[in-house]
Amino acid sequence: MGYGVMRFSIYRYNPETDQAPYMQDYELETAPEMMLLDALEQLKVQDETLSFRRSCGEGVCGSDGVNINGRNGLACITALSSLTEPVEIRPMPGMPVIRDLIIDMAQFYHQYRSVKPYLIVHDPEPEVEFKQTPEERERLDGLYECILCGCCSMSCPSFWWNPDYFRGPAALLQAWRFLADSRDQATAERLEALDGTYRLFRCHTIMNCADVCPKGLNPTQAIGNIKKMMLTQLT
Amino acid sequence: MGDASVISGGFMSAITSSLRRRRFDSLVIGAGGGGLRAALQLARADATVAVVSKVFPTRSHTVAAQGGMNAALANVLPDNWHWHMYDTVKGSDYLGDQDAIEYMCRAASHLVVELEHIGVPFSRLDDGSIYQRPFGGQSQNFGGVQAARTCAAADRTGHAILHSLYQQNIRARTHFFDEYFALDFIKDDQGYILGALVLEIATGEPLLIEAKTTLLATGGVGQLFATNTNARINTGDGLAMSLRAGIPVQDMEFFQFHPTGIAGRGMLITEGARGEGGYLVNKDGERFMERYAPNAKDLASRDVVSRAIYMEVRDGRGCGPEGSYVHLKLDHLGSDVIKKRLPGIRETIKTFLGIDPINEVIPVYPTAHYTMGGIPTNRFGQVVMPIKKGAEEAVPGLYAAGECACVSVHGANRLGGNSLLDIVVFGRAAGNHIIEYLKEVRQHRPVDNESVEQAMARFLRWDARAQVEGQEETVDALRRSLQQVMEKYCGVFRDDTILTQGVEKVREIEARFQNVVLRDQSKCFNTARIEALELENLIDLGLATVISALARKESRGAHSRIDYPERDDLAWMKHSLYFKEEQRLEYKPVRTQPLTVDSFPPKKRVY
Ligand SMILES: Cc1cc2nc3c(=O)[nH]c(=O)nc-3n(C[C@H](O)[C@H](O)[C@H](O)COP(=O)(O)OP(=O)(O)OC[C@H]3O[C@@H](n4cnc5c(N)ncnc54)[C@H](O)[C@@H]3O)c2cc1C
Ligand code: SF4
Ligand code: SF4
Ligand code: FES
Repeated sequence: MGYGVMRFSIYRYNPETDQAPYMQDYELETAPEMMLLDALEQLKVQDETLSFRRSCGEGVCGSDGVNINGRNGLACITALSSLTEPVEIRPMPGMPVIRDLIIDMAQFYHQYRSVKPYLIVHDPEPEVEFKQTPEERERLDGLYECILCGCCSMSCPSFWWNPDYFRGPAALLQAWRFLADSRDQATAERLEALDGTYRLFRCHTIMNCADVCPKGLNPTQAIGNIKKMMLTQLT
Repeated sequence: MGDASVISGGFMSAITSSLRRRRFDSLVIGAGGGGLRAALQLARADATVAVVSKVFPTRSHTVAAQGGMNAALANVLPDNWHWHMYDTVKGSDYLGDQDAIEYMCRAASHLVVELEHIGVPFSRLDDGSIYQRPFGGQSQNFGGVQAARTCAAADRTGHAILHSLYQQNIRARTHFFDEYFALDFIKDDQGYILGALVLEIATGEPLLIEAKTTLLATGGVGQLFATNTNARINTGDGLAMSLRAGIPVQDMEFFQFHPTGIAGRGMLITEGARGEGGYLVNKDGERFMERYAPNAKDLASRDVVSRAIYMEVRDGRGCGPEGSYVHLKLDHLGSDVIKKRLPGIRETIKTFLGIDPINEVIPVYPTAHYTMGGIPTNRFGQVVMPIKKGAEEAVPGLYAAGECACVSVHGANRLGGNSLLDIVVFGRAAGNHIIEYLKEVRQHRPVDNESVEQAMARFLRWDARAQVEGQEETVDALRRSLQQVMEKYCGVFRDDTILTQGVEKVREIEARFQNVVLRDQSKCFNTARIEALELENLIDLGLATVISALARKESRGAHSRIDYPERDDLAWMKHSLYFKEEQRLEYKPVRTQPLTVDSFPPKKRVY
C-alpha cells in the first residue's frame, strides 16, 4: 500500500458555504516515500479550497495534528505506506471545527496556560547557571519535548466532555514537567492548583493519550506522578 | 506588483474608515525566538506590547533549531568571548560588522545563563553546569585548536529555547495575536512607521494595529529554494514588507547552504552530529574533508564543507546509485552518544529514511538553510538605510531582529550556533532600545490614510483577481518554478552566465504572477490566499537575491563565483543594499571598528 493510486476520504466543512460537514473522496498518484502531509499538499493543488495547517514538515512544530483512520497523529510524519484505504482524514475530535481539518484550539491553549507552564524561582538568581546534575536533568526527558500538537488531549474522553474544567493530558504533562524540575520552587502552589475533583482527577487512566503521542511521551505516567506527589506532599 | 485600479476610491475610503483598529505602545511581528525575546523585555518594562504571528508562537521555525547556541562559558574547554569574536569575524569572511560582533560575543554568556534561569532544560555536565559541544569554525586562542562553545539541550535546543521564551511571555502577560498575517506597514509622509495592517486568518478580516514602534522578527526565506531545511512558513514576509516600504535589503547574495541536509529531502542533520564525532565520507570511504581543511576537517566552516561535498559529487566520488550525495557517518559513535546527545535527528532519520544512524550511514547533500542577508540594522536593532545623510540613518519607529535582520554579525557566512545567539542578543537589544524610544515618544502619531489604503488595495486585489479568466497561473506551480530556478541558477557555485539567466527567469516569474488566480474565495481560514501573499513576497526576494549575486564579482563566504574565484577586499569588502524601486543596488562600507578591542583585519581564510 502507499504506492500507485490511493483513495482518500476527507472531512470538509466551510461554515460560509456548507450547511453541514460532509466527506469528500479524492484519488492521488502516490510514491513510496510520501508522508500524509505530502499527499494533502498535492490534493490541495487539485482542490485549492482544501484547508489544513502545516509548517515544519518534520514533526517538530505540532501544526498538523489530524485524525487519520480514527487515530490522531501528525500528517507530516505519518507514512502513507502505513495506512489502509480509503484513508479517512478528519479534524481531531472534541474541539469546534473552523474549517475542514482546522480546529479551534483555544480551549486547549487555555488549559495549557492555566498550569503556569513556566519555571518559578523565588531565590535571588546567581551570576551563573543554576546547577543541575545530569540525573536531575534526565527527569525532564520525556516531558520537555512536548510540541503542543494536541493529539493526546483530543483523544481523551475526559477532555472531550469537560474541556472547561479538566486540564487534559498535554497541560498535565507540562504541569509535571515543572514539578519534576529540580530548579522550580513552586511545588506546593502547583499541587494546590490541581487539587479538586476536576482539574486532575478527571483522568481515568484510559491511556489514549500515551498511545497516540507522536513524540512518544507518556502523559498518563505524568498524571500518575502528580497524584503520587499530592499524596505524599499534601497529607 | 501593485494594481489598485480595480477598486474605486469611494469604496476604499469606506473600507478604511470601517477598519477595526487596536493601539499598542509596541508591535512585534513574529513570535520566533527573536520576537519573543524582544516582547519579554518590553512586557517586563510594562510597555503594552502586541505580538503578531502567522502561526501559534511555538510553531515558529526557531522550534526546529537543533545543535545549540554559542557562548564562551568555558564549561568544557578553555574559552573567552574574544576568541568567539575572532572566529565569527573570520567565519563571516570579513563581511561581518565588528562592533555588532563584539557586542554579541560579549553578551553571549550572560544571555545563555539568563535563558537557563528562565527554564531552558540545557543538557548538563557532571558538575551540573551547562553542556557544551564543539561546532564548526570554533577555535581557541584566535585560530588554534578546536573549541567547545555550543550550549545544547540535546539536539532540540531551539525547541527548548522557544518554548521557554513563550512560557515566560505567558507569565509576563504579553498580548498575542495568534494566526494573524502581517500585510504591510503603515507609514506617514515623514517616514515614521506607525504599525501594520494585519489579516486575521480565521475570519479573513483585516485589522489595523497602531503602534509607536514596530519590530520585525519574521525569520528567514528558505522557501526560495526547492530543497531546503526550512519550514513552509519561512517566506521572508518581513523583508518583502520592508522592500515595499522603500527600505532596502542587505547582502541577499549570501545564502547559506548547510552541508548536511538529508539528500533530496532537505531535513537537517545538525552540525552537532559532526561536533559529537561524526564525519563525512565519499564513495571510496575516504574521509575527504581532510583534503579540503587539514586542521578543522569536518568542523570547517559551513561554506567550506558544502563546497567540498559539491566538488566530491561533481568529480564522480559521490555515493548512491547516481553518485549524487555523500555519507555522514555516525555509526562509530555508539548508541549511548546518539541516544543521549542526538535523539531528535535519530528520530527524523528513522522516520524519513527508515534507517537507524546507530548502525547505518546517512545520505547528505548541501541544502539551502539560512538567510545571512536581511533588513539592515545597527546593533540596537534600529532599521537603518540611506535617507538624507549617510548610509545608516534610522527609520523612525522601525526595528528588526533575528534572521530577517542583517546587523550584520554573520557577514558572508554564518557560524553554526550563532543564530540562536543572534536572535536573543538582538531581540533583547531591540527591546531595550524601544523602551528608551517610548520614553521620548509618548504620543501615537496620526495614521496616514493613504498608506492604509495602499496596504488594503494590495490585499483586496485578490478578491477582484478571481474574476479574471484566461491564462491562469496557480500559486503552487509558480512557487515551484521559482524554487527550481533559484536552486539551479543561484546555488552553491555561480557564474555570470548562470546568474544572468537566473535574473531573466525570475523576472519572467514576476510577470507571470500577474496572472495568478485564486480559486478559493472564502474568507474563512483561507490558506490559499495566504500562500498567494507569501508567493508575492518570495518573488521580490528571489529578485533581490539573484540581482545582488550577479553584481558581486568576487567569491566570499557562501557566495562562490567560478568566474571570480578570489575574495577581492579592495573592491568588494562592502555590503550590498538592494532596493525594490528600479531593482537597484547601492553599497555601504563594512563597520570594521569594534567597540573596545582592535579590529581583525582581513586575512586569507584557511581551516
Ligand atoms: C532546521 C534548522 C536548524 C537550526 N539549528 C540551529 C542551531 O542549532 N543553532 C543556531 O544558532 N541556529 C540554528 N538554526 C537557525 C535558527 O534556528 C534561526 O535562524 C532562528 O531560529 C530564527 O529565529 P527568528 O526569531 O528570527 O525567526 P523564526 O523563528 O523563523 O520566527 C519567525 C516568526 O515570524 C512570524 N511571521 C513571519 N511572517 C509573518 C507574517 N507575514 N505575519 C505574521 N507573522 C509572521 C512567524 O509566524 C514566526 O513566528 C537552525 C535553522 C533550521 C532551519
Ligand atoms: S489517561 Fe487520563 S489523560 Fe490520558 S486519555 Fe485517559 S483520561 Fe485522558
Ligand atoms: S504530549 Fe504528545 S500528543 Fe500531547 S501535545 Fe505533547 S506532543 Fe502532542
Ligand atoms: S508540520 Fe510541523 S509537526 Fe507536522
